[in-house]
Order: sequence, then C-alpha cells, then structure tokens
Amino acid sequence: MTDKTASQDIEAPIRNFIATHLLYSNEGFTYPDDASLLREGIIDSLGVVELVEFLQAKFNVKVEQAEVRPDNFDSVAKMAAYVRKKTTVAA
Amino acid sequence: MQFTKNSLNLDAAQETERIVKFLQTNMRQTMRRGAVVGISGGIDSAVVLALAVKAFGPQRVVAIMMPDKDSDSLSEKLARELAAKYGVEPIMENITGALEGYNCYQRRDEAVKRVVPEFDAAKGYKSKIVLPPDLLDGGTLNVFSVTVVRPDGSELNKPLPARDMLQIVAASNLKQRTRMSTLYYHAECRQFAVIGTANKNEHAQGFFVKYGDGGVDIQPIAHLFKTQIYQLAKHLGVPEGIQTRPPTTDTYSAPQSQEEFFYRLPFEQMDLMWLALESGVSADEAAKVVGLEPVKVQRAYDDITRKQRTTDFLRLLPPMLEAPKTSI
Repeated sequence: MTDKTASQDIEAPIRNFIATHLLYSNEGFTYPDDASLLREGIIDSLGVVELVEFLQAKFNVKVEQAEVRPDNFDSVAKMAAYVRKKTTVAA
Repeated sequence: MQFTKNSLNLDAAQETERIVKFLQTNMRQTMRRGAVVGISGGIDSAVVLALAVKAFGPQRVVAIMMPDKDSDSLSEKLARELAAKYGVEPIMENITGALEGYNCYQRRDEAVKRVVPEFDAAKGYKSKIVLPPDLLDGGTLNVFSVTVVRPDGSELNKPLPARDMLQIVAASNLKQRTRMSTLYYHAECRQFAVIGTANKNEHAQGFFVKYGDGGVDIQPIAHLFKTQIYQLAKHLGVPEGIQTRPPTTDTYSAPQSQEEFFYRLPFEQMDLMWLALESGVSADEAAKVVGLEPVKVQRAYDDITRKQRTTDFLRLLPPMLEAPKTSI
C-alpha cells in the first residue's frame, strides 16, 4: 500500500462522513483538510461525539476520553494523523 | 482601565437600583401587575426574588417551588427560608406527577440502561452525565460520559454514545419545560410576568433549556457573571445557607455540580478569564493576572467561545420571512 493510497483511505471516508452525516451536503466536503472544524463552526460537540463513534467503527480504533482534543479532532488532517498513529499503515 | 483580579467587582447597591428600575419600567410597559419567580434554593433565584420584592413589594410577588422526586430536600428547606426572609408565602408545586405523565424518568433511565445494563432505578441506582474535568490541563473537548452510582455508593463511568446522550438530555429537559408551564399558569392567573433567573454564564454559554428555564418574560440578571451574582446576594442579604451552597444542577438522580455538568471550571476562575476574553485581553496577559499558564487560559477562551457560538440558536427568536411584495 503506497502513502498516497493510505492518504485516500483515511481522509476520504472522514470527509465523506462529515459531508453526509453532519453537514447534510450533496456537494461533498468543500473545506480544505486543515480547516478548523470547531473554529469554522463546521461541527459542534454532538458532531465530535459522532466523529469519535465513526472513527472507532470505521478504522477499528479505541478512542480514549483523554484523546478527544482539538489536536486530534479539529480537522480532517488531524483526525487522519490520529488514526494513523493509532493503527499500523503499511508503506 | 487595567485588567486585574478585581475587575469583576461591581457597585452592588448601584446595580441593584438599576435592575429594580429595569423591572419596574418593563412591567409598566407590558402591563404586567407583578412577578412570578421559581425559587430553587439556589443563589440565582434567591437574588431574583430579592430584586422582585424590592421592585414590586412582597404582595405583588409569587414564589413557586417546583421540586421533583430527584430534587435534593435541602433545596426546599433553603427556598422556604428565602421566601420567609423576603415576606413572600411560597407555593409548592411538586412536578413529579407531571414528569411521570411525560415518561420523563422512564425515557431517561432507558437510555442510561442501554449504556450501563446493570443500571436499575428501582433498585436504587442513580445516574448523571458529566463532562471531562481536565479542560485546562488536558484541553479535552465537551464529550459527555454517564456516571452511575450503585446502591452501595460505588460509581461506574462509561462513554456516552450520541443517541443515548441526546435521549437523556431530551428527557431531562422535560423538567425545565414543565417548570416553565407551571410558572406561566400562576403568572397568567394574575396577569403577572415570569421573571427569569438565568445569570450570564447560563444565558451566554447556553446552559439553559429553550422554552424551559429560557422561557420567561424578562431576564433581570442575565447580564451578570456568577461571581457578580454572589456580590449582589451579599448586598441583598440572601440567607447564608444559600450563599455558601455549591451550585448544583439538582436535575439528575445523582448529585451533580454545574462544574461537572457544563462549565468544567470553577466560576471564580472562569468569570475572570471570560471577562478578559470579552475585553480583548490576550491569553498571555490574562495568564499573569489569573495565575495560570497562557496555554490553559487559551483553552478556557476557546471553550467559552465554542459554547457561545454553538448555542446561538437557543437565544434566537424563531426566524420568519418578510411579507411578500404586494401591489400596494
């Protein structure tokens, strides 16, 4: 699995989940991957909970309460990096 | 003006007069003949009752106590002491029956049991939902967990899935909405106004229920920080037991502080940082005054800002369209 594939495997489902389940958008996720979801008002605390549940189910990771912080959850990029830290991605 | 530890101090006598005039003017404008105040045994409703009596006299103020089966018995004791202090005869309206009619407890406990299968209210299990305590140290986000207190006093805490969290909160909100209906019954019997008891922390950060405790006719203390409410309480002679009681939600079956349910910070610390945020004081500068590291102040700033923004909808009137163009 190449780095590019690994990147698509994680960022893309996260973008799609946010667009479909949190923004109810038919236009996909139109923000950059590093956009602050909290500062931009893209998600609220319910959205954070739903993202935690999504990451746990989709990527089979266990999210500890202490890990639910802006540096892990505040952008698509940060969530993808968090998932990669929690899982093994073959180069 | 410089930001200092004393920046929240207000002239309590002057502020009292300002609020009294505000109440009196509004009553005249709306042709309400008096005030109905829900008294909980807490500091906010105590201050509001005192202000209402100052504005209208005890004969034109009605004080309603509205406990349910989850309420702390201390609440009623303190509420009665408060009412006696200001010469108002309190009315007791226990809302347990109304809540049972709404299946409030059954709906709430059903969601708790999905998360904690051993939970059984009939066997004396109690519950509450809480936020993580490490806002400043850990910077964690506002994600609820459920704490179950077993009959033997031991506790179990588990993460709360979205669906269950929403159901627990929605069921619990029936309490505040039932209280609103009760207050309006008494108000409308007399053409009185329902006086809100929300402080600034509650109103601006969205710690209230839409059309529940947020369903009122006037908000006389929603511009004041909690810290300032205590200053007014002292000036108005609110009973000592109420002044020293730690703020509680008195909502869930297990005792729950407002700090663990919503604010995640003690008021004394939060209010000063919030004032700094509003006044444009940087986290670095505020940190020197409050005695915290700048990164912790920034976490408090971010949390307050997020709570305000995500609860804007609670404070808005229902939007409506302008009338369509006509030929006139």
